[in-house]
Amino acid sequence: MSANRTISPSTLSLKDLPWQIDWKKDRCTLCGQCTAVCPVQAIELGVFRKRNLVTSIHRVEDNQTSFETFYGIRQKTTIPEACIGCAMCAMVCPNDAIEPTPSTGTPRFRFHQDQDGEPRKRGGRRNTTESLLDQIKFIRISMLTDPALDAGRHEFEMRSLLGRVLPPEENMRRLRTHGWIPPVREIYPLIIGGMSFGALSPTMWEGLQMGVAYLNEELGMPVRISTGEGGCPPRLLRSRFLKYVILQIASGYFGWDEIIHAIPHMKEDPCAIEIKYGQGAKPGDGGLLMWHKVNKLIAAIRGVPQGISLPSPPTHQTQYSIEESVAKMIQSMSMAWGFRVPVYPKISASSTSLAVLNNLTRNDFASGLAIDGEDGGTGAAYSVSMDHMGHPIASCIRDNYLNLVKIGKQNEIPIFAGGGIGKNGNIAANAAALIMLGASGVQIGKYVMQAAAGCIGTEKERCNVCNLGICPKGITSQDPRLYRRLDPEAVAQRVVDLFVSFDMELKKIVAPLGRSTSLPIGMSDALGINDYAAAERLKIKYVV
Amino acid sequence: MCRLFALTSKEPVSPMEAIKALDVMKEGHDGSGVGIMLRDLGGPFEEMKDAPILSGIFTEDGIRRLDLFMMDQGFMTKYKVSIKVPKTNTSGIPRRGLYLIRAYEYPESWDGLDKGEVERRLMMTRLKIREMGEEKRDMIVFSFWPDTIMLKELGDPMDVGHYLGLDRKDLKARVIMAQGRQNTNYAIDLYACHPFFIKGFTTMTNGENTAFIPIRDFLSSRDYPGYTGYHSDSEVFAHILHYTMEGLGLGLDTYKHVMTPLQDKTLEKHPDAPFLKHLKQSCRQLIIDGPNCVIGTLPDNTLFMAQDRKKLRPGVVGGRPGMFAFSSEICGLDAVIPDRDKSRDIQPMHLDTAIVSPDRQEVKICRQTEPLALPL
Repeated sequence: MSANRTISPSTLSLKDLPWQIDWKKDRCTLCGQCTAVCPVQAIELGVFRKRNLVTSIHRVEDNQTSFETFYGIRQKTTIPEACIGCAMCAMVCPNDAIEPTPSTGTPRFRFHQDQDGEPRKRGGRRNTTESLLDQIKFIRISMLTDPALDAGRHEFEMRSLLGRVLPPEENMRRLRTHGWIPPVREIYPLIIGGMSFGALSPTMWEGLQMGVAYLNEELGMPVRISTGEGGCPPRLLRSRFLKYVILQIASGYFGWDEIIHAIPHMKEDPCAIEIKYGQGAKPGDGGLLMWHKVNKLIAAIRGVPQGISLPSPPTHQTQYSIEESVAKMIQSMSMAWGFRVPVYPKISASSTSLAVLNNLTRNDFASGLAIDGEDGGTGAAYSVSMDHMGHPIASCIRDNYLNLVKIGKQNEIPIFAGGGIGKNGNIAANAAALIMLGASGVQIGKYVMQAAAGCIGTEKERCNVCNLGICPKGITSQDPRLYRRLDPEAVAQRVVDLFVSFDMELKKIVAPLGRSTSLPIGMSDALGINDYAAAERLKIKYVV
Repeated sequence: MCRLFALTSKEPVSPMEAIKALDVMKEGHDGSGVGIMLRDLGGPFEEMKDAPILSGIFTEDGIRRLDLFMMDQGFMTKYKVSIKVPKTNTSGIPRRGLYLIRAYEYPESWDGLDKGEVERRLMMTRLKIREMGEEKRDMIVFSFWPDTIMLKELGDPMDVGHYLGLDRKDLKARVIMAQGRQNTNYAIDLYACHPFFIKGFTTMTNGENTAFIPIRDFLSSRDYPGYTGYHSDSEVFAHILHYTMEGLGLGLDTYKHVMTPLQDKTLEKHPDAPFLKHLKQSCRQLIIDGPNCVIGTLPDNTLFMAQDRKKLRPGVVGGRPGMFAFSSEICGLDAVIPDRDKSRDIQPMHLDTAIVSPDRQEVKICRQTEPLALPL
């Protein structure tokens, strides 16, 4: 742009962008791989004209000027083509000649991501790396009075229950009288949370399912995976592996036509039914699968036309009240499988979570409550929802658990926590902290994408384009050219690695606390934090 | 690590027998407390098996308040044992008021009540006295139950035995439990001293219950007034026992299935697998953890020992028909029943509950993998 021309308000310079491409001319071979791989076409082959001046110390006439042309990489500054920092260019560069570097200031780019009045949407999670869960320490270490256990040698039973557990007296009575006893599943306390077929690529989904099947059938770990709101491939519905799957129904009811029709053909009952009323990444908002990702396969599984955006409504449109949601929907879903399958709602963490929980305690068919905190990830949401809406998970879980303790139902309705577990990599510590605060288990989504498939998205504005179907790792893309990059077998292997190493880390946490025979749900005396207000709020020890 | 000793004998014996056993196991306790429970009493109490006996420690004000309270309730003193302590101080034993062992006549208004209601009222009376005592710090009550005496005091067991004059002739029992305490993570409080008693069920433990908080929370939220106290993490063992047997109506053979259930793979092979699976799930919050050897008595004077899931604490059972003893160490057993067949001593392992029934003829080992005698 010439200096004397007008500029539009959204004309940005490289410095205004969140990421700047650092390209080294002397190392570049001009192979073009970086420009080919860039998911947002942020870089292109540039032809640069350079003027060389040679000044003479003698006569003015002896000064020379010449022009030369050279080729290189040019970074674009348009809004849709702004670099997202994924660093795929650096990954493919044979000579380490290129890499994105984060802007050091506040990128002005942020103020211009609402072109045509459309607010910014993205994938990922709340853009902050802070984590209260990381601050929690395990302080009740067994020393002399009781021996610390050996994580490598002693026997451990780290299992959780998913389902409505009757109070002991009532359970004994119904056993005697052959009454109906609600279904209860014994599961591993780390659950792969709802990520839909559609949000995830076919190779990613397949990899996750294979990993889960291996963990169950070869390693004896009862790991469960939720489908998310996108239905379930028909072949899986009719396979024995369905028992490892939690079918999710949400406000769009996507894929449920297929599921209902498959019920008579199911060889196994699903593990459970999760009714999603809300999620942590976008509380009070529905799921969103953008049109880029709705291809023929996705459209067929979900029972929708191809190439249209699929925004689920924020609420289930057929229900007008909590009585409807809790009583009718849970009961209907239970009935569909002959009362053999646990049914539970998933809600966003909220100051109103307690009201939901109290309602569930009065419903014999409610099998649990999954609560997703503000740090939950998503494939697509409005940025404002992700960054500013929601309730932290720790205090929400604690309040709900202590409420159950107050009414004596802490063993009857398991609470599952989600949202931000392992956001900084400390997955076992975060999970154990939530369990000791009162959760019966934890759900992870983003962490699985990061650990099992190499998702590069961060809470520092890196990548986060899951919504656009251009995932450079092929995790959230429906474009075969991209998802072919992801080998499902390798994903399955990483899922297994993740769970096996989590299991050892969990043991390394509970063994020194002297716990092994049962999951230490609500063992709050083991927890401490160096934040007085947080300690008071969570009713754990304040330690400095 | 505390030391435990319990015995069951056809003939009434002096509590000093148990003190003697604790004394030889002296390495294991530090004089921070001793607790004794006597049941199936001999001597003068033999004649009043049904009369509730109040055991506790009272200041002068406390005893006055107690008398007023008990008279108000309609209880009449039937018999009492006066414990006169020496005027000179004994090292390690604090001066307190009156050590009370007093049998009462039931109030007339209780006539015609069924057994369950009488028992409930006895428990509520004990809890009320405890509450009154905690308010003014003038009464400590250990038990209020027929045919049961309980004493607790700080100090070396042998010193406490002599100090309280436990070798007196009128204090004899056929079932005795005693614990020499090793103070660990709780301040010394007599309510933290074992054994723990609730409605005829008594337990004492050598160990550390690392799952204490969730268990306490579960018991406290059962809406049962007796599930209270918890100055010690071991008190829950008595309450779990009571809950299992009286609350759920199950047998002693299920107690260990509640506290230390079988792991799933073993459980699946158990003849009563469906029942045990439900028991494990619905009583999940009562699963104990950590090293624990539990010795307990039931209302019918059955004596038992159960070990934690990993058998991390010592415990041995031995004796002869007519007299059996449960001890932390073999030397304790040797001190009291030297003339037994030592080759028949049993150290219960991680799946075992060792039981001596009131006929005192044999030690029965109830193994968790065996079928249950279910009341179903």
